[in-house]
Amino acid sequence: MINVNEEPLDWHPGMTIRDILRQKNYRFPMLVIHVNDVLVQKKDYDTTTVPDGAVVKVIHLISGG
Amino acid sequence: MSQLVFDPSKVMTIDYTQRTEYLDGLEAIKAAHKVLKEITYTPSLPDKGYTNRTLYVNVGSLEIKEKPVTQQMKDVFIGGRGFGLYHLWNAVKPTTRWNDPENEIIISPGPVSGITQYAGTGKSLVVSLSPQTEIPIDSNVGGFYGPLLKFSGFDALELQGKSDKDIILFIDGVKGIIRIEEAPTDPVDSHVLAEILTHMYAENEADLPNISVVSTGAAAEHSLIGMLNFSFYDRRRKCVRFKQAGRGGIGSVFRNKRIRALVVRGPKVAGDLNHPADPETIAKTGIKYHKEIRENDGSQCMMRRNGTAHIVEIMDAYDLLPVHNFQYGSHPDTHKIDSSYWQQRCTQHTVDGCWYGCSMACAKGADGLVLRTGPYKGDMVTVDGPEYENAAGLGSNCGVFDPDYLLELNFYCDTYGICTITYGTLTAFVMECYQRGILDKQRTGGLEMTWGNAEADLEMMHQMARGEGFGKIAGMGVKRMKEYFIRNGYGDPQLINDIGMENKGLEYSQYMSKESLAQQGGYALTNKGPQHDEAWLIFMDMVNKQLPTFEDKAEALYYFPLFRTWFGLNGFCKLPWNDVVPANNSSQPEAHKVPEHVQNYVDLFTATTGIQITKEDLIVQSAKVYNFQRVFNIRMGKGLRLHDAAPYRSLGPVTKEEYESRAERYDKQIVDEMGLDPKGKGTEEKMALHREWRTGRFSQLMDAVYTRRGWTLDGVPTLERLKELGLDAFPEVVEVVKQHL
Repeated sequence: MINVNEEPLDWHPGMTIRDILRQKNYRFPMLVIHVNDVLVQKKDYDTTTVPDGAVVKVIHLISGG
Repeated sequence: MSQLVFDPSKVMTIDYTQRTEYLDGLEAIKAAHKVLKEITYTPSLPDKGYTNRTLYVNVGSLEIKEKPVTQQMKDVFIGGRGFGLYHLWNAVKPTTRWNDPENEIIISPGPVSGITQYAGTGKSLVVSLSPQTEIPIDSNVGGFYGPLLKFSGFDALELQGKSDKDIILFIDGVKGIIRIEEAPTDPVDSHVLAEILTHMYAENEADLPNISVVSTGAAAEHSLIGMLNFSFYDRRRKCVRFKQAGRGGIGSVFRNKRIRALVVRGPKVAGDLNHPADPETIAKTGIKYHKEIRENDGSQCMMRRNGTAHIVEIMDAYDLLPVHNFQYGSHPDTHKIDSSYWQQRCTQHTVDGCWYGCSMACAKGADGLVLRTGPYKGDMVTVDGPEYENAAGLGSNCGVFDPDYLLELNFYCDTYGICTITYGTLTAFVMECYQRGILDKQRTGGLEMTWGNAEADLEMMHQMARGEGFGKIAGMGVKRMKEYFIRNGYGDPQLINDIGMENKGLEYSQYMSKESLAQQGGYALTNKGPQHDEAWLIFMDMVNKQLPTFEDKAEALYYFPLFRTWFGLNGFCKLPWNDVVPANNSSQPEAHKVPEHVQNYVDLFTATTGIQITKEDLIVQSAKVYNFQRVFNIRMGKGLRLHDAAPYRSLGPVTKEEYESRAERYDKQIVDEMGLDPKGKGTEEKMALHREWRTGRFSQLMDAVYTRRGWTLDGVPTLERLKELGLDAFPEVVEVVKQHL
């Protein structure tokens, strides 16, 4: 289990940032993502794997409005 | 996460040269004009962003005079919305109503407006006493009128009085002439009127881009929701297009004064007309920003391709797109009106901005629309392809997912002078009333206002423009419709009040706030009413969970409304602030504020005016105007806690269907937030629990926000706060507040 934006999410081995975004349906293109307080660059979303128990913050910038 | 890919081969081929022209009657219309008053003046260009004078015109007495811009005006009010509020305060009394002669319409561009080196710098602000809210309204608008007014020599235009005949105010900023003309036979609707006037006042074809027209349309004469169109001449299409000062019914004030149009003829725009203190810094900041747009926009919001409509599909994905009068947050047909369609339908082979030098270029012309209804049936027109607010308001919120009907609704809103946001929300309210039996065919005069019935929707709009039938009732806006329906015993008053999405008399703009307490405050705890240009906090609050406590939410509702107020003081568009971000933004502290762009604004202000400021000063500048506006509301008999109340639909689920559509979420909140067990409880019992919890925490939010803003718990700025901001220099302001402490 991992924690994404204060909500639990089932974890599986090899889970990437891209997997999380798909599962959460996070389609917004301007995101700032930290895994256990470490920034993940956009170019690394497909390759960065997330460990079990990780705290993931997916900050959507404001846009809109 | 999937992002749309633009495929140029899918762009529809539309021959916009076949557009209907309306110039046939030009000579006869011109011949009928009669000069009522003409004066000459000495045109001048700004110095460090200011011309240091404003223009006052009384359309009743025909008085025309210049007024100086004082140092105090600059120090306290900056320009734009600040100048508008300052002039309006001095023009009206607490007893003044929107249709009294002393009410004013003030247009002011702000000191930075008119530069061409940075994106989004052609805005002006329009301020008036609103017919809908009966307090000051401010509306931020593009188009060329504001900058050309300044380059003709004026930091603001004040319009007061009421004419007994239809008039046009013409300012020739090249020759130094100001003229009030009677306009007895001019057409009424904007797309015809502005085309004729642009050609009438231009001296030759090359002069067409130097003309800008402010106008409204037929519906503004018969409703309280009229808006103003600010024109700009599109050289590539060779046609007149518009940006709108939409909110609050300023178009209705305009027609009540019997102003048919304002026309300005300015000098040819060049990069140095604003005469900034430090042009090098402005150029350098602009180049840096243009590079950022060029490199990043394609992988971020795609504003250049899709404009603000890019968030239609985003809002749908996050359950935030208003559907069926804000009942639901998504719909299976959204794909028919999202940006995958608009990027094919709107012309994409050209740069499309509403002011010179804007590299964000998010305006999107939809050409070749052949109208199916109304007085212009059969005409081929260009309409500005729907902004997000229009697609959501006229589209999903009313269940209209036919894009051509959506464009036609958009077109007629524009030419009739109707605010699209207001029209979308009021029509959604009418449709829900129809769904729930509050309205029926008899009460609507035969209009079958079912979800998605675009033909009935358009007919209601045509009625509004003709001032007849149910369209006239709808033109009163949601607040007055609610009162009318209740007075006539049409339905349960509580239900009618719960589902009518207005606050202070202004209709909500097009975001679902139900699941974000901070956004509930972002809408209701505003000065002018629920417009998203003060604070848009849904992602921060609902998705990111960045604002867990009341204090966190209050801090956001302190900072963002003030930060965004500042755009309107200076003539900026909000979009370039956060619809693209620097590549390294994610590694910056407080990335959501886009710190590099905040610094750009600080630099642009300083480089224009020569006045050194910091990012903290920027907030203080706004706070002066924001608190002044709050006191202004109180002076007009509003502006207190009770006036910030929100309709329950904006706070939580009103109906069983709404609750059940999100039952899992709501049941979980009963467990997690209320410490109760939903098992064995019926939907209505659970709804009652939610209502108590949600209204209670909204009240707690009000306390926290008022405290952070330096206001009493009744929403009144304290004397200490006024002193801190230097507003104690205005005895009348202090006097208003003292009566409420």
